[in-house]
Amino acid sequence: MIIETDQLTREFKRRGKPKLVAVDHLDIRVEPGETVGYIGANGAGKSTTIKMLTGILVPTSGSVRTCGLDPLKQRRELARRVGVVFGQRSQLWWDLPTAESFTILGAIHHLGRTELTARRDELVEQLELGEFLSTPVRQLSLGQRMRAEVAAALLHSPQLIILDEPTIGLDVLSKQRLRDFLVAERRRHGTTLLLTTHDMGDIERLCERVLVVDHGRLAYDGSLAGLSRTVGAQRVLVVDLADGTRQRIPFDAEKVTAATVLAQASERAEVRDLSIEEPDIEDVVRRIYSAAR
Amino acid sequence: MPATLAPYWRLFLAGIRQQSTYRLAMFGGLVANTTFGFLKVAMLLATVRAAGGEIQGYDIGEMSAYIWLSQGLLGSINLNGRTAFADRIKTGDIAIDFARPMNVQWGQVATEVGKSVYALLPRGLPSVAIGALVVGMTMPVTPLPYLLGVVSLLLGFVISATTAYALNTTGFWLVETRGVQVLYMVVSGFFAGLFVPISFFPGWLLAIAQATPFPSMMMFPIDIVSGRVTGSGAYALLGVQLLWLLVTAVLGHVLTLAGRRKVEIQGG
Repeated sequence: MIIETDQLTREFKRRGKPKLVAVDHLDIRVEPGETVGYIGANGAGKSTTIKMLTGILVPTSGSVRTCGLDPLKQRRELARRVGVVFGQRSQLWWDLPTAESFTILGAIHHLGRTELTARRDELVEQLELGEFLSTPVRQLSLGQRMRAEVAAALLHSPQLIILDEPTIGLDVLSKQRLRDFLVAERRRHGTTLLLTTHDMGDIERLCERVLVVDHGRLAYDGSLAGLSRTVGAQRVLVVDLADGTRQRIPFDAEKVTAATVLAQASERAEVRDLSIEEPDIEDVVRRIYSAAR
Repeated sequence: MPATLAPYWRLFLAGIRQQSTYRLAMFGGLVANTTFGFLKVAMLLATVRAAGGEIQGYDIGEMSAYIWLSQGLLGSINLNGRTAFADRIKTGDIAIDFARPMNVQWGQVATEVGKSVYALLPRGLPSVAIGALVVGMTMPVTPLPYLLGVVSLLLGFVISATTAYALNTTGFWLVETRGVQVLYMVVSGFFAGLFVPISFFPGWLLAIAQATPFPSMMMFPIDIVSGRVTGSGAYALLGVQLLWLLVTAVLGHVLTLAGRRKVEIQGG
């Protein structure tokens, strides 16, 4: 078992307000090699869970073991086996050339020279970091920086990769590249992946299993297909027609492709422009939660 | 380099390199240090002259050495108590630090000491050179004070970093540490001997100063490198510095352990 929580709970005291239960008696089990999407609305308890899994935050009650270790007592040992990307925080050295961060992290993780070089070269190639290795981190674009962040988290070849909002703010192409890399990395090294995101695309392309958390409790634990059945109809093709009107066509992505829907729409009217609205995670969570009740 | 020390060595080098990217800020700091240096020259040398050419064992040349050494150390000694660590607690970026297989305190201190060492080049040495050329100063002619002085300076840098670190760990409880830092800033320079040598203090004030780590950051290294304190006296000062290093490091360690259990990681 790579992640095992038992009645894991974390409360926050708030001045003048009732205490907030961010994570509420959570039981999660993740086997080695799984790819798990951990989703929920803002404030549902995702980040709090991750911080307890990595030994950054002390649980109020319950227990947690990550990679078979106690995250609090064995923080350093665990840090050698886990790679974390906090999408909104940087683990790179802002003022220094990007390559320098890898050198420092190599030392922090006690990687030997040959080991570090081999792994760094692999990541540089896979994530296409070569063109900006000598550029200071503060001058990177968001897409470049996120690729460098992921490389930094994976430099020590962790057993478990935890990604907290890795694609936040990225454009479509950058998202795609990052997802492709993660799929390939997992295929090569059998790494376990735990991912929080607000992007359904991330879940669909990366995760076999989905955990939905709501108000600190587990609201859904199951396959992606099961999740899609609940929310698939939420995908909407929006078309602007030649006569200036806009039509919204909801469709079930499990049963019909967007291309077919578009072809049928085009038969009836001239389509000038189109976009596809992905289901929104908050909505997914709401639906799952109400279905569970 | 043993693997256990390699991360801290790398972070020390990173501190040097980080600081080297801010050349214009360094130059600005040097200009400010020099300006205030001349102000101190005007006041303190007038005091020495008014006292008949010597006061508390300082003649003109020795007073000038004190002035320019203390001004030169301003870039390397953290007297305002603010470090990147306070911001990391405030923004929650310490989550990153705790997710690394290393000692968070040593990592922060190593980077700060790297910055201090680098600042000697654009701020420390030019400041002393300007003082020596424009005003003139009396410095030792034997090598030993310089050798001991280098050790004492480095100890001063480390104590400055461990003390600022310990101060910033209060952020685990306070979130906003600006108030504590202002308090620190008010007393640190005074007790470190930035404005006048602490031997000028009345006995009771000197006793208070000596009960703080601040003289170990600036006054003692200056006393040793300028040759005012030599022989067993110099070794005694180094001993006091080692003691303060130990005290501030243990304090920072204990506060980190306690703070870690308290921390709530701001900002999601």
